Amino acid sequence: MAHGPAKGITRWLYTTNHKDIGSMYLWFSFLMFLLGGVFALVIRAELFEPGLQIVEPEFFNQMTTMHGLVMVFGAVMPAFVGLANWMVPMMIGAPDMALPRMNNWSFWILPFAFAMLASTLFMEGGAPNFGWTFYAPLSTTYAPPSVTFFIFAVHIMGASSIMGAINIIATILNMRAPGMTLMKMPLFVWTWLITAYLLIAVMPVLAGVVTMMLMDIHFGTSFFSAAGGGDPVLFQHVFWFFGHPEVYIMILPAFGVVSAIIPTFARKPLFGYASMVYATASIAFLSFIVWAHHMFTVGMPIAGELFFMYATMLIAVPTGVKVFNWVTTMFKGSMTFETPMLFSVAFVILFTIGGFSGLMLAIAPADFQYHDTYFVVAHFHYVLVPGAIFSITAGVYYWLPKWCGNMYDETMGKMHFWMAFIGLNLTFFPMHFAGLAGMPRRIPDYNMMFADWNMISSVGAFLFGAAQLLFLYNVIATIVSGKKATDRVWEGSHGLEWTVPSPAPYHTFSTPPEVK
Amino acid sequence: MAGETEKANVLLSAKLVALGVAMFAFAIFVMPPLYDVFCEITGLNGKTGAQYQAREITVDTSREITVQFVATNNEAMPWVFEPGVKSIKVHPGQPVDVIYRAVNPTNRDMVAQAVPSLVPFKAAQFFHKTECFCFNNQPLKAGETAELGLQFIVDLDVPKQVNTITLSYTLFDITDATEAKVAGNNRAQTP
Repeated sequence: MAHGPAKGITRWLYTTNHKDIGSMYLWFSFLMFLLGGVFALVIRAELFEPGLQIVEPEFFNQMTTMHGLVMVFGAVMPAFVGLANWMVPMMIGAPDMALPRMNNWSFWILPFAFAMLASTLFMEGGAPNFGWTFYAPLSTTYAPPSVTFFIFAVHIMGASSIMGAINIIATILNMRAPGMTLMKMPLFVWTWLITAYLLIAVMPVLAGVVTMMLMDIHFGTSFFSAAGGGDPVLFQHVFWFFGHPEVYIMILPAFGVVSAIIPTFARKPLFGYASMVYATASIAFLSFIVWAHHMFTVGMPIAGELFFMYATMLIAVPTGVKVFNWVTTMFKGSMTFETPMLFSVAFVILFTIGGFSGLMLAIAPADFQYHDTYFVVAHFHYVLVPGAIFSITAGVYYWLPKWCGNMYDETMGKMHFWMAFIGLNLTFFPMHFAGLAGMPRRIPDYNMMFADWNMISSVGAFLFGAAQLLFLYNVIATIVSGKKATDRVWEGSHGLEWTVPSPAPYHTFSTPPEVK
Repeated sequence: MAGETEKANVLLSAKLVALGVAMFAFAIFVMPPLYDVFCEITGLNGKTGAQYQAREITVDTSREITVQFVATNNEAMPWVFEPGVKSIKVHPGQPVDVIYRAVNPTNRDMVAQAVPSLVPFKAAQFFHKTECFCFNNQPLKAGETAELGLQFIVDLDVPKQVNTITLSYTLFDITDATEAKVAGNNRAQTP
């Protein structure tokens, strides 16, 4: 039982160990984060000034598309699966994931999917250029030939996500230590359980929509072609039926991460644990009945507009419960502001700003003005960057000492935080103004009147990018030469993962712990 | 004990895989037909119903509705395509014949498909076509001209606030698709 990891490259190729696989997921997602970041910086460099300077419009379109795809499917989702792999078994007192071999498989197909997706950049006709939402007929009739590679890449990513989700559900439902009842589970485990169900429900729908595209392109069907009796609007409905739960897939685990961190550094138990669980479940349910708010301008009956508008606004209620609980957890706590806490507090504030702009967009009549402007870009970057990305970063700083046994450099961590915080606000806050003034998204050139806001955005984007390099350096320096961390790591930490030594041994909880 | 957990894992995974497969099938086989049905019921997209069998003819001469005709070519469709009359006034219940004119000015044989749309949406289900060129595709030889017939009846039950109905046809070039004769399109065509 006490055997350690195998040596050499085969350790990583053949591993069925949840910690190894978790680490690989996290490194892979960081690599994708940098790749998607480079694409973003190409976009921001082009938009630094009005006019066309650096890239051709065709290539600009490929950049916006690849940036979105790589960040959503390559950076955010695998990062959360990586955190789940590392933390879920340790949080519930399980020796490993329920299906370790499938776990290996679900990771190792990902590099192939993204190699295939990235290779389209070098193909004749270029990479996909139809936006990450790949609306038909842009992605069917007018798509570059590389769209077929895109379709298969999405199939593989979907298969990987579904397998990961099945594994997580099986682990949580079947592998909990004795005494670990559902309502005693840490919130990160709860949010991932619900996220995994969302994944299994909607990733097949994504696979379905790309399969229909494939058949329209190569096999003469007309799902999305009006000439053959189909309808391009159908594409948007099916896509957003996947797409809306997808945005909660990217944010629910983030809720779990900050719900673990805030109580630690506020030195108070999480306020309203049960309401957090129910709020998460309500958000997951509501996510299935609001998809058409992405397509208010497509031409819907007034009853449809009203239904989707009110249903969307309803999501603010459980989300408000969560924000209230985090704030109340901090209220009168003995707070300290180590790096994970800084990222988590920023998460609460900035995610709430993103939520408010979301409410503005939910107002159907107002959405006709905001639709497809930079206001939308500002909105979803405010929920994804300080939402998903900040929570992942916070999670990495919070658990890194447990993973590698060494403490990160606090000064460098704080430096990273402030650079990222200032960088992201400089990048995305001006986009609200540019968008409200009418700047359309996904266009490589713009009117002179938007020049100042765009210049600020571009400067902020490069600052944010530089901050991530500092993050990379800090993580490597910690692993290589950090100070030894204690088992408890944080004074206020609670939970099973802090009862094992630092670094966490290769095998933990081979005999289940007693949970009281 | 360990064996039991394993059994439970396999069983649960099988259930979850089944859920995934069901959702895939739902996306491909249920959502598109469901969307068509939904559009037909609500008149969304101005999709008019398929061929309609006329009932006993009673004409409501007290009401007069203006029907406007619009013709559009999709993308690079080179045909001349226009309605015979821009608009006519009809009584609900009265069968009306109109024509569209199509010319293929190119030097190759082509096939076209007209796709209708109608506003206001709430009138869509009260606009019945008893004959329409849009029920079939339209082959035209190089340089050929055709008169395309359309017979319709505005339903007696058309809502009171509807005074004008605009019927639009968009003409698509489906020459390539017809030549390829690829099977596989199982979707009900409701032009």
